[in-house]
Amino acid sequence: MNPKTDISANELAEIVSLIKHNYGYDFGDYARASLNRRIMRFMDTARIKNLYDLKYHLTNDKDIFSWFLQTVTVNVTEMFRDPVFYKALREKVLPKLASYPIIKIWHAGCSTGEEVFSMCILLHEAGLLDRARIYATDLNPANIEKAKTGIIPVRYMKDYTANYIQSGGTSDFSMYYTARYENAIIAKDLRRNVIFSQHNLVSDQVFNEFQLICCRNVLIYFNKELQNRIFHLFYDSLTPMGYMAIGMKESLLFTDMRHKFETVQSATKIYRRKT
Amino acid sequence: MPSAVEKLVIIGGSAGSLPVLLDIVESLPAGFEAPVVIVLHRLKNVSSDMDKILADSQEHMHIREPEDKEPIRAGHIYLAPQNYHLLLEVEKTFSLDYSELVHFSRPSIDVSFESAARVFGKHLTAVLLSGANQDGAAGIEAVAAAGGTAIVQDPSSTDYPAMPTAAIQKTNDILILQPVDIVNYFKKGNS
Repeated sequence: MNPKTDISANELAEIVSLIKHNYGYDFGDYARASLNRRIMRFMDTARIKNLYDLKYHLTNDKDIFSWFLQTVTVNVTEMFRDPVFYKALREKVLPKLASYPIIKIWHAGCSTGEEVFSMCILLHEAGLLDRARIYATDLNPANIEKAKTGIIPVRYMKDYTANYIQSGGTSDFSMYYTARYENAIIAKDLRRNVIFSQHNLVSDQVFNEFQLICCRNVLIYFNKELQNRIFHLFYDSLTPMGYMAIGMKESLLFTDMRHKFETVQSATKIYRRKT
Repeated sequence: MPSAVEKLVIIGGSAGSLPVLLDIVESLPAGFEAPVVIVLHRLKNVSSDMDKILADSQEHMHIREPEDKEPIRAGHIYLAPQNYHLLLEVEKTFSLDYSELVHFSRPSIDVSFESAARVFGKHLTAVLLSGANQDGAAGIEAVAAAGGTAIVQDPSSTDYPAMPTAAIQKTNDILILQPVDIVNYFKKGNS
């Protein structure tokens, strides 16, 4: 990164307002430091030299904007990321969910679906997949399209297999996908109860009632005010005693919702809505 | 509540940096004013006792891995969590970021140094230690450009000189110090 092309607060506000006005996405409450860095990274890869050019391209070229959206929103994910979290899901959460006739789960900010597929495997192994309805949403339509294909580069499977085993998985992980050339496809049967759709946490509302919401490493990109708003949205989207899981280094402590949840396991950041 | 933290020390290290890092941390005197942020390359998804190792070597300051949005406080040493980039916000809080690796690393030293330079400017002291890749060179450049103090471990004193060497090639306005001199620099209460 070139320190000379740093973005000032005013310039950032101009870009945010341009995007909101032209495309309806609101980045106003994103965490500044990382948004700055993402925008500069986009300018770097797109070889856009200054903010004037950036604004010109964003205004006039829809394709540039979708590339921008892809770069600025973080789309990095993993299967069974933080194996201890998945272990906790197996041991502490799924047995409780088993008492519901229909299990409704929301993966908010699912990116390209790797954590959703991990959840499907857990549900399958717990014998609950038939009763589960998994709503997987993301802001970015390109992610949703990719997630629907169930395709993952096969080079990641070694890491994912290790994660799976650490999470307490005892099956042969390779039976959950078919590898062909450089790609692996997650078994279609595992994905049968997943509904992928676009949802914007910043602007969209409650759309269903869930017993479990997973939103891991998504809220870190937002400022405190927006995090707070989204915790309200999650609270309103949960059944009483419903579970909420956030990233291992994310926290409810800095929001006014901390008293509305009880901690199921602090290390893995699994919470439960009170009443 | 968050104190109005004015100054910050940030230290980045990779292969071969641990002994020097522990010496620095151990020698920080009681009442050391600036919070210290440590960005160390570590394996991901493998549990690490690095926070405990650091805690054992320092008696005056609290050692912790910050959570997202945590305020930066004096008297604390912060260790960038495994598998996240650690960024600093103008309101003197931490933000975490799980975006792609930078120089094969997450946390990346460049990412943290650049964001700290933006927030603390000339009130930032950054130290780059031993390591085998290029991470930290752009970060040191950003620190120097923002008017901060940039210290690089003398490559001749490292097992893995690539990282400090890359920084020295990129930026002129830096202090190149032997480990003992880095330790003494902070021991005297400089920050």
